[in-house]
Amino acid sequence: MPRLSAEARHRVAFQLNGRPVAAEAEPRMLLTDFLRHTLGMTGTHVGCEHGVCGACTVQIDGVPARACLTLAVQIEGAQVRTVEGLGPEPGRLSVLQEAFRRHHALQCGFCTAGILMSLDYYLRANPDPGEAALREFLGGHLCRCTGYVPILAAALDAARRLREPPPHA
Amino acid sequence: MKPARFDYVRAETLAQVHAVLAAEGGDARVIAGGQTLLPMLSMRLARPKVVVDIMRLPELAEIAGDGENIRIGAAVTQQQLLAWPELARTVPLLAAALPWVGHAQTRSRGTVCGSLAHADPSAEIPLALLALEGTLELSSRRRRRVPAAQFFTGLMSTARADDEMIEAAIFPCRRAGHGYAFQEFGRRHGDFAIVACAAVAHARGIRLAVGGVADRPIARDYSDIDGAALDDALDEFAWQLDARDDLHATASYRRGLVRRLGRATIEEARRCRA
Ligand code: FES
Ligand code: FES
Repeated sequence: MPRLSAEARHRVAFQLNGRPVAAEAEPRMLLTDFLRHTLGMTGTHVGCEHGVCGACTVQIDGVPARACLTLAVQIEGAQVRTVEGLGPEPGRLSVLQEAFRRHHALQCGFCTAGILMSLDYYLRANPDPGEAALREFLGGHLCRCTGYVPILAAALDAARRLREPPPHA
Repeated sequence: MKPARFDYVRAETLAQVHAVLAAEGGDARVIAGGQTLLPMLSMRLARPKVVVDIMRLPELAEIAGDGENIRIGAAVTQQQLLAWPELARTVPLLAAALPWVGHAQTRSRGTVCGSLAHADPSAEIPLALLALEGTLELSSRRRRRVPAAQFFTGLMSTARADDEMIEAAIFPCRRAGHGYAFQEFGRRHGDFAIVACAAVAHARGIRLAVGGVADRPIARDYSDIDGAALDDALDEFAWQLDARDDLHATASYRRGLVRRLGRATIEEARRCRA
């Protein structure tokens, strides 16, 4: 049975934004610090570090989860997606990210990466979301700047655009 | 806020979990989804020497029903249970209570049994288990079942021994002629409950369980009373719960909520019966 000792660092291998990565972590290292400090992926933010604010939300095996409530060693073999993996290619934004820009759904941007990762999942699971359900879902995130209204507008706009059939080439 | 050092065991069999718990006792903590343990570790309210991860044990990730009860394994997440198509039909009280547990973003990894193990006095899952008179299946090298009413022993403390883990929670299924209701009041949805109530109405009477007030969820059984008799019973219950003032609400506000939310929940359960 694998027992990883507290004093040492251990190899953790997983998929990050579709690519295999491996790095070393002590058992006590949080996934937030593993992503930001060890792997240099600073798109995932850290607010409260105890599960309340949602700034650190990433997708683990396809569902939104708090990176600050996850140990790096727990994600061995998992698929992790962060905000760096949202754009279809470098220099391009996803439909949801575009909608955030259009609606000014961010001001300081501290909460944004987490909210994007949550909504990216939610709009795929619920292509035609009701406003009340979206509000309820956004309740898992704190934003101190926007008052949430533009975030909601961006999410509804993105949902509508994602439902439109793709234009013929 | 970083956890203190600990060893990490990625258990591959139940016997391995039991062996670590037997050897390390109170210095070991089981981790499943980590949604309550991680804050405890980060704030250093818990400083285990070893953390045992049980999420790789497929036998713990099962929801099994036999018509009488459903058995929810220790690795079953709250989201997995919410998405279980049989839930609303078999255990309507849980279907009503689960959306109040944390947020979608924590239910994705938080487990049903993890919430029971943590035994927060305002948590919804312990309240639902108590209201339904469910049981916990604890295992070490031995195995035993403990009724919810005996499991929760005080503020975040339970009857689990240091060498035991919660292997499953057993929730009784909906019974014919019974009505179930769950209501909660908090500052915002997803916050801890200031008062939460779960009620079961049946032909002979009612059962009301209240969370968020005493140091653990508490239940009372009544005959089929109504009107002033029910008001008196709720008033007495509210006083017996020994409410305290805190940042979120005063004791008298909480007692007031027990009376009003208690009655509303009972009435809703009665309507569901009809
Ligand atoms: S930093 Fe993880 S929820 Fe706030
Ligand atoms: S944009 Fe500043 S916290 Fe949300």
